[in-house]
Parts: sequence; C-alpha cells; structure tokens
Amino acid sequence: MKCDECGIREAAIHLTEVVNDKVTKLHLCEQCAREKSKEMQSHFGLTDLISGLMDFGPQQRQEAASPRGKGPTCGSCGMSYSEFQKFGKLGCGKCYEAFEDKFSSLLRSIHGSDKHIGKMPFRGTSVVPEQEKMRQLKEELEALIRSEEFEKAAVMRDRIRELEETVEKHGEDGS
Amino acid sequence: MVKMDLNDLVNEKSEWLRGEGPRSDIVMSTRVRLARNLDGYPFFSRAKDEQRKNVLEKLVSVFKKNDLLKDAALIRIKDISEVDREFLVERHLMSQEHAVCVERKGLVVGKGEILSIMINEEDHLRMQILRSALNIREAWTAIDALDTSLGKSLTFAYSNRFGYLTACPTNTGTGLRASVMLHLPALEMTGQIEKVYEAISKLGLTIRGFYGEGSEAAGNFFQISNQVALGHSEGDILDNLERVINRTISREEQTRGYLIDKKKRETQDGIFRSYGTLKSARIITSRETIKLLSAVRLGVDLGIISGIDTSSLNEILLLMHPAHLQKINSKQLSSHERDIKRADMIRGKIGGGN
Ligand SMILES: [Zn+2]
Ligand SMILES: [Zn+2]
Repeated sequence: MKCDECGIREAAIHLTEVVNDKVTKLHLCEQCAREKSKEMQSHFGLTDLISGLMDFGPQQRQEAASPRGKGPTCGSCGMSYSEFQKFGKLGCGKCYEAFEDKFSSLLRSIHGSDKHIGKMPFRGTSVVPEQEKMRQLKEELEALIRSEEFEKAAVMRDRIRELEETVEKHGEDGS
Repeated sequence: MVKMDLNDLVNEKSEWLRGEGPRSDIVMSTRVRLARNLDGYPFFSRAKDEQRKNVLEKLVSVFKKNDLLKDAALIRIKDISEVDREFLVERHLMSQEHAVCVERKGLVVGKGEILSIMINEEDHLRMQILRSALNIREAWTAIDALDTSLGKSLTFAYSNRFGYLTACPTNTGTGLRASVMLHLPALEMTGQIEKVYEAISKLGLTIRGFYGEGSEAAGNFFQISNQVALGHSEGDILDNLERVINRTISREEQTRGYLIDKKKRETQDGIFRSYGTLKSARIITSRETIKLLSAVRLGVDLGIISGIDTSSLNEILLLMHPAHLQKINSKQLSSHERDIKRADMIRGKIGGGN
C-alpha cells in the first residue's frame, strides 16, 4: 500500500481517525508520518499509533531479516505475529501466550508494566458448585442402580429432579 | 429485560446531560468502561459468523437472567435503521465502530441511559457507565458490581500475568478506561491548554478535544482519560485520574477568576456577542453551535448570563447532531436543511420569542 500523503513510498503506519462522527483511515510512510507527528499527537490516540510503534521497533527489523519473517503463530486462532503487527489487534486470548515473549516489551512500552495487579475474575461461581453437585448425585444414582438398590435410587432420582428445578428457577429469576 | 422504542428517547434527557452534580460547572460527564471477552471464543474480528452468533446469544441469555439488567433494553443493531444507529452514537451509548458491520452486534441500554453494554464490538463485551458531572467513584462502583455479577455466569478471558485479555493491547490488564469530559474555556483562551496537554501525557493519561476537526478542538470541550490499563490497580488508575482532573479544575477556576477580575469587559463582550448570535441565528452549523455554546455556558457559570440553565445548554449540545435533528423532524435532512432546523431548535430552547 502506498502512502496517502506522498503517494510514493510504502505506507508503514496505519491510523484510524474519527472526525465529525466519520471514520477515516490514513496510511502513511515513515517519513511523512514523522512530519505529521506533531499534528497526530494532538488528535490520534495511542491505540492507533500501536501498529506504528511496532513497525518502528527493533524487533520488527530483526524479524524482517529472519528467513521466515513471520514470527510465532497462535495455535488457537492461527494469527501470526506479523499479522498482529499489521492490524494492531489480537485474534484471541491464546495469542497472548503465543506471543508472550514479544508481548512483554510491547506491553511495557504501552503501560510501563507487563504484570496485571488489578481485579481478578471470580472463579468457583455459584453455577459451578450446583453443576458439580448434580454430577456427583448422578454418579451415585448410577452406582445405586448397578447394585440394584432401587428404593434408594428412586429417592436419589427425586433429589436430582428437585435440584434441576431449583437451578432452572434460579435462572429464570429477574428475567 | 424490557422493550425500548428509540423514538421515546428523543424527548428524554440522558442522565449525563442533567448538568447537576459535583463540579458540573466545569465537568460535563464521567464515563467508565470495562472491556471483557469470553474465554474459548476468538475476539470479534477473528471470529466466524457462527461464533459471533454464539457469543451474542450466550450473552443475551445471561443478561436476561441478571437482576442488575432487569430494566435494561436489548437492541440488535442490524434491526434498526442507519439514522437510529447514528442516533445511539450521538447519545454516547455506543461507538462509531459499532454502527458498521452490524451483523451479530447488540446493545444493552439501561434505565436513564446510565448503563450501556456493546456486544460484539472489538471485544465481546464493552460495558460502560455514563454519569453527569464528576462521578468517577460512583461510576466505578456501578460497573464493578455489574462485572462481578456477570462474571458469576460467564468465564472471561483472563491470564494471571496479563490480566483481562482484550483485542487491543492498550486495554489489556484491567480493561478499564475512565474518561472525564471537561469544559475549559479559560485555559484555552489564555493559552494554558498546551501546558495541560504536556503535563497530562507524562502522567499516564491522555487529553483530546471532544468535538471538532483536525488538531483544533471546537468549543473548548476536552476529554481526559487514563492511557495505562495494566500494572496498576483500578483504584490507583482512578485516583490518578481524579487527582489530575481536580488539579485541572482548580486551574480553570483560578483562570476564570482572573478573567472576571482583570478582563471583565472583554469577557462580557465575547459572551454576550455569542449569546446574541446563538439565540437569533436562522442558519447555523454544528461547529459554530459548539463554539457559541461554549461561550454562553461560560457566561452562565460566571453569572454574566441569567435565565438559562446548564441542562438546556447540554440538551442543545446533543440535539444539534444530525441524527437527532432528523429524528426530531421525522425525516431525512440535507446538510443545509439541518443547519436551518438546528437554528430553529436552538431558538426554541433559548430564543425567548426571537
Ligand atoms: Zn509518504
Ligand atoms: Zn489467537
């Protein structure tokens, strides 16, 4: 892709700008980007400059010199590191693992850190124990049937039904 | 969840336009948003249609069961007209990006338009609280509670090292972006806004003009947000933002005092001229409207203009946008027709029979 400004050199920086509720894309070469940088600082967010940041990074140059020139690829969504550099957006959560080595320095350059210390998701939710309990009860029921203890099995079956109903009821609350 | 008729919203005042609350003389609104993704699905841009559909339906089914969302309405973006999409963007309920590629995209809007959730934007979930005036803590408390509640029925993409995983690495970690919209006419007039820009970029924050083209901000409305989302707790990020906002506010306040003390005539002159034009114009562009509104707003804040309240100025600031004008008039309008209808609308609000 050619640079929008000079139309001669290859565009290395890709920016998204929102002006008057219209989205416009701007593709610039390194030289024109530098000339426009003062203007850009004032109305382009850092988000948009990321692809530019990475293009300028020393890692990218090493990459280009390497024979494969693609870098690591995410096993889950198939995104390669060079694709990420082009778009500035990741493909999936697993990309973070796939690109971990490169990401530490990228995240440090954006946030000044590569270690999260904020809120953590609440694991072991109320949904999980109920499902876990159900699984255990069903196992017990199967064992009772196998050992032909049908009276006990009938009681167990009713308990499971009861539990299934309460789980469903919980779900319907507040809908 | 409830049904929503977008036409009802036209005449409704969003909470953030109330023009009341802490420091509402200088701070217009506070927005806090969290980005989250579902574990096990590619991010939106990488997901196949089937996966996008599954994400949308999964989220909708969870939202329907959530007590915090029982008064909220669900909108499927592909089901509404282009004007309605623009309308929602103008009301700050969703991003411009959310109005394109509308397949499998959803929007949840809470009562009073305080809460909104974009489904299948760049991230699977973008939830925001938008409040009038300076309300960073309240907004955080509300969004934190919603996130915690949703997290009980959803597994978010998260790593112990990097935190919440987002499509763009600028949001990685907390997924938190808090933005405060300020009106800083005195700092702009006295050329101090450049210093604010310089100082803010060194503090992990960004500032940008809220309206306007190019590098020139129209109407002295600015938005200050956190730039850093990783390596600091949510509390620290919000404290840092609040500290800087408070410093900016007191600087603006001091400078307004200076204008009244030393430049009273000039200040009055500028304000009354703007007021005169705004309430008498028959054709007016949105750019000119914003510029004049800024001056009139300053006049109201300084007690120079009486008889108008901040909330009607805020209302004009919203109703002047293209989709709003078209919805009020229930028809498509060309750019020139909009400039005429805009002037009519403004005179209707503050014209006083002119
Ligand atoms: Zn060029
Ligand atoms: Zn991936």
